[in-house]
Amino acid sequence: MTALWKSWERAVVPLFILVGWEIVSRSGLLPAALLPPPTVVLHAWADWVFGFDETAQGNSGRWLADALSSAVRVAAGYGIAAVSGILLGIAIGWWRWVERTVEPTIQMLRPVPPVSWIPLAIIWFGIANKPAIFLVFLGAFFPVLMNTIHGVKTADRNLIRAASMMGATERQLLRHVVFPAALPSIFAGLRIGIGAAWMLTVTAEMVAVKSGLGYVLWDSYYFLRYDLVLASMASIGLLGYATDGLIKLLMSAALHWQHGSTLQSREG
Amino acid sequence: MASIELKNITKVFRDAKRKRDLLAIDDVSLSVERNQFLCLLGSSGCGKSTLLNMIAGFEKPTGGSVTVGGKPVDGPGADRGMVFQQANLMPWLPVWENVAFHLRLKGWRKADRRAAAQEYIDMVGLQGFENHFPAELSGGMSQRVGIARALLLNPQVILMDEPFAALDAQTKMDMQEELVAIWQKQRCTIVFVTHSVDEALVLGTQVAVLTSRPGRVRELIDLDLPRPRDITGQQFNDHKRHILNLIREEGMQQRREAKADPVPAGRQGAAA
Ligand SMILES: Nc1ncnc2c1ncn2[C@@H]1O[C@H](COP(=O)(O)OP(=O)(O)OP(=O)(O)O)[C@@H](O)[C@H]1O
Ligand SMILES: [Mg+2]
Repeated sequence: MTALWKSWERAVVPLFILVGWEIVSRSGLLPAALLPPPTVVLHAWADWVFGFDETAQGNSGRWLADALSSAVRVAAGYGIAAVSGILLGIAIGWWRWVERTVEPTIQMLRPVPPVSWIPLAIIWFGIANKPAIFLVFLGAFFPVLMNTIHGVKTADRNLIRAASMMGATERQLLRHVVFPAALPSIFAGLRIGIGAAWMLTVTAEMVAVKSGLGYVLWDSYYFLRYDLVLASMASIGLLGYATDGLIKLLMSAALHWQHGSTLQSREG
Repeated sequence: MASIELKNITKVFRDAKRKRDLLAIDDVSLSVERNQFLCLLGSSGCGKSTLLNMIAGFEKPTGGSVTVGGKPVDGPGADRGMVFQQANLMPWLPVWENVAFHLRLKGWRKADRRAAAQEYIDMVGLQGFENHFPAELSGGMSQRVGIARALLLNPQVILMDEPFAALDAQTKMDMQEELVAIWQKQRCTIVFVTHSVDEALVLGTQVAVLTSRPGRVRELIDLDLPRPRDITGQQFNDHKRHILNLIREEGMQQRREAKADPVPAGRQGAAA
């Protein structure tokens, strides 16, 4: 009984919203075209995915291709951001001279919103995958970097002492002590970063790319297809949720040692 | 040849914030023979940890020299095992990986590390907890892991900084007994920091009584008491009385100095 309830728990709020939305948009408070009810959105979405009755017109049956091209941009930009953010973050956190030489520049670049790079990204990389990947990188890089630095700086000095007592070289300290000690913090950065990554892919696709979920969203807006706009939004939300879930899975595998020792480890 | 030589060690801590220096250790010379069990006994803040950290290589003396096994100390190394006051285990590694951490650094294969760790896990009586994580251990068990980890280095010298201070009386007694048994079996030199007179007298072959601020060796006492030590025996209590007297005199002298010179240079706050 409780297990059954547990599996439904996370569906309660979305269901509530959907039902309320359906009622509001069918009640005629707003013109139906401005807020299509969920059933209409679902219909258009289903056709976008499976292509059975051309409701989604030119997009009919093309969902997987659209989702995939967005996902590839996220994966590429995010991957580069994660690797470089972690490596640079460890260097900045560990070596004072790296911190002194690199950090001021980074702190100056950080407050510049990634979207303000769009003009330059288009000039540099043209209209294709690259500007989107670049933007995704910018969005995910800073959270990963900042959290890695924090994780390294707050690593327990006594653990480093213990390891150097056992003969660890500096490289070994970084690999066997500092990196695992910073891992909880690194994962916090990775999770913030994945949200930023989706946000920026969609933004880039709305402006600088001619494919992907963001492109469909913006294109449908021009054609007054608000059902498809909403279906795109829902798709992005769903994919973002799924990738975050993936990272959470990875995190609980990597941080399984925290089980029972922290508050967050209580959640299933 | 002596195992550990401290020659005229002084240690000054620069206090940049308060713009004054703190003389933590003042001209300490000690020489510890092989297979001795030296207890450093002193009150809180007298510089015991500082002294031990200099032998470990975590701190550099301001003056004087430290040699271990004839070689000058210039940084931490696996020839000296250290057991810390807090066990300082890697929380992301299970017990056996913590014990075998040194072998991990040496690039041993997992199966070999696992096998090598077992001997030391057995030695400290942690069979059955090999795959537990540090967060799942009690304080006493964590300390055992720390001891096993130091023993696996098979070092000529083991340094221990109040390893049992946080344990309850019963566990502490058990661990002391075990430690003596291990020391007798492994034949290594131990330097053991404590602020408990009883602990020093139960464990040591020698006790160095330290004065506080600055830390000096007030007296080096050889203990030739039979083991297991009888804490109610005549000899034990003679030693205890003697040491307590030393400490009391020391305290009185400090108070006298404090009265004569209320804000002594190089001293933090009021004298204890
Ligand atoms: N890194 C440091 N910087 C400045 N002062 C220090 C530092 N480490 C220790 N001290 C000072 O040196 C003195 C001796 O410290 P130490 O930690 O060696 O004492 P201790 O005998 O181990 O005390 P306890 O029994 O409380 O552990 C203290 O007055 C302390 O304030
Ligand atoms: Mg201490």
